[in-house]
Amino acid sequence: MASIDIRNVRKNFGIVSVLHGVDLSIENGEFVVLVGPSGCGKSTLLRMIAGLEEVTEGEIRIDGMRVNERAPKDRDIAMVFQSYALYPHMNVAENMSYGLRIRKAAREKITAAVSNAARKLELQPLLARRPKALSGGQRQRVAMGRAIVRQPKAFLFDEPLSNLDARLREQMRAEIKKLHRDLGATSIYVTHDQIEAMTLADRIVAMHEGVVQQVGSPLQLYDRPANLFVAGFIGSPAMNFLSARYEVGAGTAGARLPDGTLIGLSSGYQLEEGAAVTLGIRPEHVEMSPGSESSLRATVDLIEPTGFGIILHLGLHGLPFNVFTLERAALTAGPTVTVAFPPQHLHLFDETGMRALESSLQKGKG
Amino acid sequence: MNNYSTFGTALHRLAILCYVLFALFPLFWLLKVSVTPNDLLYSEGVRMWPSRMSFEHFRFVLAHSAFPVFFRNSMIVAGATAVIVTLLASLSGYALSRFTFRGKYWLVALMLLTQMFPLVMLVAPIFKMLSPLGLTNSLTGLVVVYTAFNIPFATFLMQSFFDGIPKELEEAAKIDGATQFMAFRQIVLPLTLPGIAATLGFVFTAAWSELLFALMLISGNSAATFPVGLLTFVSKFSVDFGQMMAAGVLALIPACLFFLFIQRYLVQGLTAGAVKG
Ligand SMILES: Nc1ncnc2c1ncn2[C@@H]1O[C@H](COP(=O)(O)OP(=O)(O)OP(=O)(O)O)[C@@H](O)[C@H]1O
Ligand SMILES: [Mg+2]
Repeated sequence: MASIDIRNVRKNFGIVSVLHGVDLSIENGEFVVLVGPSGCGKSTLLRMIAGLEEVTEGEIRIDGMRVNERAPKDRDIAMVFQSYALYPHMNVAENMSYGLRIRKAAREKITAAVSNAARKLELQPLLARRPKALSGGQRQRVAMGRAIVRQPKAFLFDEPLSNLDARLREQMRAEIKKLHRDLGATSIYVTHDQIEAMTLADRIVAMHEGVVQQVGSPLQLYDRPANLFVAGFIGSPAMNFLSARYEVGAGTAGARLPDGTLIGLSSGYQLEEGAAVTLGIRPEHVEMSPGSESSLRATVDLIEPTGFGIILHLGLHGLPFNVFTLERAALTAGPTVTVAFPPQHLHLFDETGMRALESSLQKGKG
Repeated sequence: MNNYSTFGTALHRLAILCYVLFALFPLFWLLKVSVTPNDLLYSEGVRMWPSRMSFEHFRFVLAHSAFPVFFRNSMIVAGATAVIVTLLASLSGYALSRFTFRGKYWLVALMLLTQMFPLVMLVAPIFKMLSPLGLTNSLTGLVVVYTAFNIPFATFLMQSFFDGIPKELEEAAKIDGATQFMAFRQIVLPLTLPGIAATLGFVFTAAWSELLFALMLISGNSAATFPVGLLTFVSKFSVDFGQMMAAGVLALIPACLFFLFIQRYLVQGLTAGAVKG
């Protein structure tokens, strides 16, 4: 078990700069998930923590000790690769015990550790098999087993489930969560999968183009995204965005859409009157009740039933706009529908794309 | 559909059979001549098998010619060359496959360049270089020359085998606690056995059958290798085909044994299951 501190870490590959100063403190026993679009530097950061890539600038500390110059073998961490990277010429038991064997652990200790891990991951019947005789899910489990037998200070996972089919992924996700609950080991987990990120993480780190955009609990990122990037990245289907101008009156604040509709806001913001803003609302928060004051008419382009709910692809003044609803009635929606935006679910972003800060409205005058 | 595929398979097999027959026929002829008694060699016309078989040529070659010496020399030269080249090519191939270092591009270009010269051009300068060193007319000299000429190709061969082994395997080993060298020894090397076997076999046969340098650098029987030795069966007035072919058949034996020995490492699929996708 260990804490991991990443201080102003930069990474260049030749002249290409991939990470531009990452700061992150991971506490002992915490489960941190790194998310971000492809190529934003998640794997690079993970590999730097593992010691597989050099740190160009900055410092990585494990348990308070600077490890920049330490070889991977001396960092005492384990990593699960997306491709599993099992040793093909060793059987499952040998794969799992390799780390202990080269550290010259006692034989009884190795046997105990392997059988313990095998029991946890239900690998006992497979111990004598070679990796090529295993299914994808079993290989994945062996890779996990290889990581846990050594009882390392921390676990690193680089998209460990992305090669599995959806059902197996769900199952393994639950296993990983259980494993973390049982072992309580510090873990850093890279994924593309929203649900994995939301369900596994104590904290999510959202990255974009080598810069950390927001760090917080899953619900913090969902409820109060710090900027447009996080707002658009977290959540599926993705948040809708509309450009508007900020207006503030006596005791009210609103966002005026280009067509003149005024959308009411629940509170005031620290913004200039008339400032250009982006209004965000999640598809699941849009209401489809007609008649409300600031309602808008939208054309229906496409109806996608998912079984659980329905995704409506709408056109709002020619711009794409999604609504997610549990109402089956939406399946038979006509050529146009009325949508309304509950003020408590609106997100407001300023010109720079940052979340606009709220200010108390002066109610009335005097 | 089924008919078609049966037909296709049959055609496929037939084509392979034709090719195998074509490839093996010279070997068959070698064997046939080696067991044909001298008096029948020219008198029976073209026959697939002589009416009477005899092993007199073999007996003569083994007992009364210098062939055993040639054979021993060839074994030493080819064996030593194969081992040294494979060892060096494994290390250099690994370096080319895994590391980036200054001058890598030029090193590869230089190695390619050495493969472009006709060997005949190099015989005289190499003789000039080796003779003051006392390496002409010596097996060591041959090993040095063969090693030098085989290393570039063997390096590329080994590099391609290393390229086929996912980098993540080594990274996993390093995280598991291995040093770079341990990862190479315990993870990469066992997976490269097919490549090593192929390289050994390739270099061994190349050195075993090399004639040009052996002919130029060696004079006299004591250090002659077997291809040079074969020429001693050609005298001024006649060629003793029977004995020559018998010697040829004997010379095939080590190459065959060698491939028999390494063939189990040549099987594919040793890395299957390492990584997915
Ligand atoms: N060895 C390398 N040399 C040069 N550039 C590299 C190297 N490794 C990664 N990069 C670049 O660094 C950037 C970040 O790569 P990285 O693999 O960390 O992305 P990622 O966030 O893990 O993406 P993905 O989700 O697709 O796995 C990419 O633009 C990639 O092209
Ligand atoms: Mg990645």
